[in-house]
Order: sequence, then C-alpha cells, then structure tokens
Amino acid sequence: MLTLKRTDVLTDACTHYCPGCGHGIAHRLVAEVIEELGIREKTIGIAPVGCAVLMYDYFNCDMTECAHGRPPAMATGIKRIQPDKIVFTYQGDGDLAAIGTAETIHAANRGENITVIFINNAIYGMTGGQMAPTTLTGMRSTTSQDGRGEHGEGPPLKVCELLSTLDGVCYLERTAVSTPKDVIATKRAIKKAFQNQIDGKGFSLVEVLSMCPTDWKLSTVQSVDFVNNEMKEAFPLGVYKDKG
Amino acid sequence: MNKVHFDKHRCKGCGMCVLFCPQKILRMSADLNDQGFSYPEVSDPDRCTACGMCFRMCPDCAIQVDKEGVKTSDKKETTDVME
Repeated sequence: MLTLKRTDVLTDACTHYCPGCGHGIAHRLVAEVIEELGIREKTIGIAPVGCAVLMYDYFNCDMTECAHGRPPAMATGIKRIQPDKIVFTYQGDGDLAAIGTAETIHAANRGENITVIFINNAIYGMTGGQMAPTTLTGMRSTTSQDGRGEHGEGPPLKVCELLSTLDGVCYLERTAVSTPKDVIATKRAIKKAFQNQIDGKGFSLVEVLSMCPTDWKLSTVQSVDFVNNEMKEAFPLGVYKDKG
Repeated sequence: MNKVHFDKHRCKGCGMCVLFCPQKILRMSADLNDQGFSYPEVSDPDRCTACGMCFRMCPDCAIQVDKEGVKTSDKKETTDVME
C-alpha cells in the first residue's frame, strides 16, 4: 500500500494561517524536499517577518528568526561561518521585495550559496491588506483604494526579472501553488534550488505565487481563479535564469 | 480499498480538496469541528482513485491518502511511504 501523508519535517502544530492560504502548501513542499534530500539534520531555516513569522514553530529542523527583510544577510553570515550547513530563507513580498530589497539584491549579486523561497501574494497579509510592491496594477488594497497606479504607485515589482540581470545568481524560477500541476512544479523547483546549494552552485530563488483569500476579500475558489487569471498574467511563470 | 483520511480537527474548511477532486466525490460537512469550520467528507468512497490531488492542495496537511495495489517500483517520491 502506498501512503501519502504529512512529513515528519513538519511539527504537529496547527498553523495560524487563514483558510485557503498558500503558505501551508509551500511549507509542506519545503519540508518534503528537506526530507527527500536527507538534509534535515544540517538544515537551518530563517523565518521572515510577515504572515510566516511563526514558521519556526512548524518546522522540525533548526530555525531562526530575523529582523524584517534581513534573512538574506543573516543567511550570508550563517552560511559563511558554517559552509557545511544548508541555509534557506522563506520570505514574503513585504519582507523580500519592500524592506529587504537591498539585502536581497546584494546577497544575489554576491552569489551567496543560499536558497531563497519567496512567497508572492501581491499584498501585505499580516498587517491587514495594504499595498505591497508586488500588488497588481489596478488592484485595490486598503492603501490603494482606487486601484494601484492611479496615484503614482508605479507598476508591480518583478523580482525574478530584476534579479535575472545579476551575474551572481545561479537559479531563478517563478511558480505557483494554485493548481495541483503548479504545486508539483513548485516542488521540483524548490528541490532544484536546494540541490544547487548542496552542489555549491550559488544563489537560488524560487518565487511562488500564492493565494490570500482574506486580504483579497475573495472566497477560496475566487482566489485560486485570481492567481490563475490575473497574477499569472502579470507575473509570467517560468525559469528566469539557470546556470545549470 | 483506496482510502482518504481527513484529520477534521486540523481542517480550516477552505474547500481546496473539494475544488480540486477530479472525481467530485468530496463535500463539506454539515457539522463543525472544534475550530468552528465545516470539514470535508467522502460522499462515494468506492470511486476514490487515490490520485492524491486533495493531499497536494490541502494547506493544512490534514489529509492522508492510502492507495492499494501499488508496487514499490511505482513509488515516485521518497516522501510517499510504502507500508
């Protein structure tokens, strides 16, 4: 008999995420990859500030928490002191693309041998639905009530496209968790990002388009449709850089 | 027999499993769990193919899928547990 079940790399704790949130799926994929690669005993994860701030409670590997936006800087320090450890950061769009843009770009440019999992839900979730750098043009949030772009907010920040111009980056891929096919593709991408670090190839980032039904003010079904129809159009999926 | 187990205490009632079940044999319960959410039930267990779509889409890892008659060589991912 074949059994699909919860991996031991996740703790038994119930997550605090809202119903239909994509973080839970992304957590499971990261945990399964850690188990499949057999690196649980030497993995150090870095939790962000944002919705995933409590993720150290959900992972059965070494975890740490870091100041807002600074996980790539902290990962740089940990990886340079302990190069035999596998270091990954897990960050949202507010953490990685707003307050932490400098840390992200410079860690990528230096080609630090770390893995970054970037969850893009186009809004600030934890603080109640304010506009994020990745909020879509025309999308309403509590701080862009006429839709983004009407008052000089500019277009959404495309992190994969931005980082693909840097020589230090090894691997960039944008995926989603809104359909079973995308979930399987996301797991493959995350596995490759971890394998790159094991092989010493350098900076790998996987951007995951994720649902936020609560702050989008949509039902689960509508939020899945929103990712599939609107977000995938603004943020095309695919591999943006792969040095092999 | 193929079997889907739901940990109803962990479920937050988002309905992703119901949405993505290819056989359309899942429905949300009339009862509520301890957290106050309705949870999924299998309306027609005989039609379950144990495809694992509900497991893959569940954000709360509240689902376990048992598939009968699978050989070890069919194992695709190491996190698929053979028993």
